[in-house]
Amino acid sequence: MLVLLNRIILIIYIVLSGFSAHSEESNVKYKKTDWTFDGIFGTFDRASLQRGYQVYNEVCSGCHSIQHLSYRNLSEAGGPEFTIEEAKAIASQFEIEDGPNSDGEMFMRPARLSDKFVKPYPNIESSTAANGGAYPPDMSVLAKARSGGANYIYSLLLGYDESPEGVELDDGVYYNAYMPGNKIKMSSPLSDGIVEYSDGTKVTMEQVAKDVTTFLVWASEPHLESQHKMGFKVIIYLIILFILVYMSKQKVWSNLNPKKPEEEETFDVVERVITEYEGEDPKTFK
Amino acid sequence: MSEEKYIPKSKLAQWLDTRLPLLTLSHHLTSYPTPKNLNYWWTFGGILTFCLITQIITGLVLAMHYVAHVDHAFESIEHIMRNVNYGWLIRYIHANGASMFFLAVYIHIFRSLFYGSYKSPREVIWIIGLLIYILMMATAFMGYVLPWGQMSFWGATVITNLFSAIPIIGESVTTWLWGGYSVDNPTLNRFYSLHYLFPFLIFGLVVLHIWALHVPGNNNPIGIEVKKNSNETIPFHPYMVMKDLIALLAFIIIFLWFVFFAPNVLGHPDNYIEANPLVTPAHIVPEWYLLPFYAILRAIPSKLGGVIFMFAAIFVLMFLPWLDKSKVRSATFRPIYKKLFWILLFTVLMLGYLGAKPPEGIYLFLSRLGTAYYFIHFLILLPLIGRYEKTDPLPQSISDPVLEKPGIIDKFKKAAAQYEGENVGSFK
Repeated sequence: MLVLLNRIILIIYIVLSGFSAHSEESNVKYKKTDWTFDGIFGTFDRASLQRGYQVYNEVCSGCHSIQHLSYRNLSEAGGPEFTIEEAKAIASQFEIEDGPNSDGEMFMRPARLSDKFVKPYPNIESSTAANGGAYPPDMSVLAKARSGGANYIYSLLLGYDESPEGVELDDGVYYNAYMPGNKIKMSSPLSDGIVEYSDGTKVTMEQVAKDVTTFLVWASEPHLESQHKMGFKVIIYLIILFILVYMSKQKVWSNLNPKKPEEEETFDVVERVITEYEGEDPKTFK
Repeated sequence: MSEEKYIPKSKLAQWLDTRLPLLTLSHHLTSYPTPKNLNYWWTFGGILTFCLITQIITGLVLAMHYVAHVDHAFESIEHIMRNVNYGWLIRYIHANGASMFFLAVYIHIFRSLFYGSYKSPREVIWIIGLLIYILMMATAFMGYVLPWGQMSFWGATVITNLFSAIPIIGESVTTWLWGGYSVDNPTLNRFYSLHYLFPFLIFGLVVLHIWALHVPGNNNPIGIEVKKNSNETIPFHPYMVMKDLIALLAFIIIFLWFVFFAPNVLGHPDNYIEANPLVTPAHIVPEWYLLPFYAILRAIPSKLGGVIFMFAAIFVLMFLPWLDKSKVRSATFRPIYKKLFWILLFTVLMLGYLGAKPPEGIYLFLSRLGTAYYFIHFLILLPLIGRYEKTDPLPQSISDPVLEKPGIIDKFKKAAAQYEGENVGSFK
């Protein structure tokens, strides 16, 4: 049984290792930090998520939308877990177009919990035009849409550098060690002290990058915590069930030929022959 | 089948059974004699049935929330992931389920190749199985288009464009498939419709596959015919049901491990970027289970040639029962075939690896080598060794002690030989 399992896992591993080798960018060694959401017990650091939202709001949201996230998500379990009041207050800072009203007019109103995050630009074209011809990607699933995931985003944020000799950069293009092709149109967005954390956390560039990356991972996978929790329970349940079924199968199959009469017979014959031949106790042959 | 006629006990059951023999069918399915020596490689039929049903049920729920429109498809997937109760679970089961389905079907197919299960009298089972496999690939391909990510769009563009390689009518066929002049909303809509239909066609073929199986009965690891209703067979229920259940549970554990802890490992990150006809991804790669065929496609320098070889790679399998003339089924008794089997498996895995690599330099060279060997294996080596291979002697029955570990007699002989210092063969 274990041999079989090993074989299956081996086969999957072979297939996987072949597949995951597809991307050339995966050869890049990304910067790593101790993500709390990694691994099968991974959960989000609430404080980091709340700080991450602050960074997104104050730094990123001028260009990058998160159009699939709603304000209510900010107060839901497994996320930053702002209180409902806090989330309402956050939402009400934004103006959103609604309507038409009874006069057939569109009107502006403060956003509510049920609204999606307000986008900085109405559409991709306007956003591209306003950003030097490069579309700042929507960040709803960014952490899942880049090979390297969280480590990629974290590295990219910290990966700005002077361009090495021989690399010519046009105006409005920056050098980044982790961007595929090393050229990026976003200038380095972070710096030490770029935001002011209310919880007293030191505002280093690494800390800010870590917080906002954590926030973006949650935005991509808002149910990650319940996924991990349920997964662990389900796997344990299945392993116990597996053991019980394995024992039942052994029991059921033990009905089949409990002893092999043929062998008994053969052995009897052998014993008899030896006894006749030697005239002594054949036990020693066993 | 040589089972005695089944007559239900109660009057009512008899009344029903003479009008619609459901009870006879159920009796047949439970008492269906299976060779007692089937190993765990034989449990994948049951696992595959489970996969199909899982895909249908999860797909049904997803279809309630999915919107097949280029402007809303990507968004509706995110809606499922975020707002539908346990939508993330259902979608991840469905997405990883496709991969697991293929994993199981590849094991199932290679088990057939190793133990010669495609040979007489089981050719029809084999051919129906291949039809299922082809439909599975079509279904999976169309399903991958539905999230309308970058790989969805560009994968669909590449694959549907293959038909344009057909001389004269190619362009029209492609336009007809698209329902327009590029992959667009009509394409997405029809793929959705067909993606919903095909699993039911597969289901019908599965019924035929099992029906065709129940006529000659299972092959087995020894590959010789078993005597039905002898001590060589055991009823399907409870023995095989229990064995299948163990394998199924192990499979589900691996399956759900992916679902809960690595749900996106088997997919391409680019598919979380909404489709954009103006931006081509750096490398367009299909899902892992289509990679060997993709490698064959790109190994051939001409487009039409590539398409022909890719489809030929699947259709050559249809003729396998007649290409492999050897009367001996199981590779256990075919020393040369056994080696070729492992080389073929290695070649296919290598092609899969190469399918994910850019077609240049050493990768292209190896793809060509692998493609050539793939066809040489089926078209030249198999017919030849079928004729000239010297196979090992077959046992008389599947319970022949020759196959078991050294028995008591061998132990006795050995001990006696030590004792006597001479050959004791005369004791037999």
